[in-house]
Amino acid sequence: MTQDISELKNIASQVRRDVVRMVHGCQSGHPGGSLGCTDYLVALYFSIMKNDPSFNMDGVGEDLFFLSNGHISPVFYSVLAHAGYFDKSELGTFRKLDSRLQGHPTTHEGLPGIRMASGSLGQGLSVGIGAALSKKLNGDDRLVFTLHGDGELQEGQIWEAAMFAPHNRVDNLIATVDVNGQQIDGPTKVVLSLGDLRAKFEAFGWEVMEMQGNDMALVVEGLQKAIALSGKGKPVMILMQTEMGAGVDFMMGSHKWHGVAPNDAQLQQALDQLQETLGDY
Amino acid sequence: MTKYTYTEKKDTRSGFGAGLLEAGKRNPKVVALCADLVGSLKMQDFINAFPERFVQVGIAEANMMGIAAGMTIGGHVPFTGTFANFSTGRVYDQIRQSIAYSDKNVKICASHAGLTLGEDGATHQILEDLGMMKMLPGMTVINPCDYNQTKAATIAIAEHHGPVYLRFGRPVVPIFTPADQVFEIGKAWMVSEGTDVTIIATGHLVWEAIQAGEQLEAMGISAEIINIHTIKPLDEEAILKSVSKTRCVVTAEEHNRLGGLGDSVAQVLIKNLPAPQEYVAVNDSFGESGTPEQLMQKYKLNAPAIVEAAQKAIQRKG
Repeated sequence: MTQDISELKNIASQVRRDVVRMVHGCQSGHPGGSLGCTDYLVALYFSIMKNDPSFNMDGVGEDLFFLSNGHISPVFYSVLAHAGYFDKSELGTFRKLDSRLQGHPTTHEGLPGIRMASGSLGQGLSVGIGAALSKKLNGDDRLVFTLHGDGELQEGQIWEAAMFAPHNRVDNLIATVDVNGQQIDGPTKVVLSLGDLRAKFEAFGWEVMEMQGNDMALVVEGLQKAIALSGKGKPVMILMQTEMGAGVDFMMGSHKWHGVAPNDAQLQQALDQLQETLGDY
Repeated sequence: MTKYTYTEKKDTRSGFGAGLLEAGKRNPKVVALCADLVGSLKMQDFINAFPERFVQVGIAEANMMGIAAGMTIGGHVPFTGTFANFSTGRVYDQIRQSIAYSDKNVKICASHAGLTLGEDGATHQILEDLGMMKMLPGMTVINPCDYNQTKAATIAIAEHHGPVYLRFGRPVVPIFTPADQVFEIGKAWMVSEGTDVTIIATGHLVWEAIQAGEQLEAMGISAEIINIHTIKPLDEEAILKSVSKTRCVVTAEEHNRLGGLGDSVAQVLIKNLPAPQEYVAVNDSFGESGTPEQLMQKYKLNAPAIVEAAQKAIQRKG
């Protein structure tokens, strides 16, 4: 746990190196969204959440995180490794045969830190609500965090869950949408416009706030603000503005790096922009 | 043949309701979720006893499955309740990813399965659910036959760790299994011993199989009747032991002949003991509106159909 922004930035730099190296190593995976959500996940695991890397599934007395947009598994795996859930050497097995680091996160191979499979989109908000209800029944006052892609909001189940949480006063839940405006087939506003997300979630009864997701100081501040808003009868929704590919100049500003691996030259070009701070895996 | 009688008829869904209440009393971690069908699922007694342990999700079954999966984290044992159609086909991907693949301790409890839903018609009469659910790795699939067995099964699955699909129905049917039974998941029940043909039945077809057995007995045919309530894991030993004696088999289920109990039995026989098998099942079609009795007759899911199938199976032994 640290409040030191420069220390968090150093971790984020290493995580971004891991992300591009992992995706390059198996020539598959999703670097764009992973890089965009790196600051959020680093802040969450190294500054915000109370969590125990010795890991047990029930997580009573801990804050819990659920990744609903499971395709950004590279950033999740790297953050879990650096947070102590498993050795970072295992990051090199990502998406390879017999690995615990499956293409999309799963409990199936017993990887510490993963509490739910995700990948098929739209399911994580419901799961987070369930975990939050479970905490309330257990008298456990810790929080549940979830992360979703903005394209993922096109799934209907998200809106079933969005209706449920305020009605049932699930106020120990802090959901975040990665608003990068991109999805596989192009910009969200071209593929299927999401409209006014603040107005939509407010209409459903959420406490909505916005956050710049690629400035570490603002992410930490934003998550602290979200925690302050929790426990007041409403679920909290953070609309997090990010840049897909953040930190690697040629991957930014386009949906093209959603699910494409860099070649050798591109890897080098990316690594030249990302300082090795904690040692490569 | 062992004689079975009944003094009372009740719906299997009421057996679920009674079992859920009992499971809730035995384990404070048992919670229930329902998608706007509390009355149909007979969940009101549980709600009255444990209002804080009930979650009404509204007409949002996908959300219900996800919430149930999430509630297992922290040690709860969620029972979801809705119609069989909305418990499976509508939410298959949610069950597949968030429950089965994630190995979550969720009990998917499904009422109004099969044709005996009756007048609502084919939109609600799912005949594919056993197939869908048994194909999911790690999923236990149970289809009890009467009120008492359903109640006992409900209590048993609460004590079993892992995802379970429990399928039951709407109409009142004879109660012919003991009230004090202990339900053993994966263990076939020998209903009546015989020598000429094995009748393997599940769900509402078990009582029909007993009626068929009596009719066959009157014709001089000795039928061995086995109740497979647990479609998965399948009691292969009981099947093989019986068929090695009778050398032919009839399977009877309120389900599409594709993917149900019959196919599971056939796989066991093909590998170990090839034998003539006749299916009493819906012949790859949707259902329709009608009374349960009319439908079971039209789609040949009753005692006369089982008798006919038994005769064919015996004939094919040569």
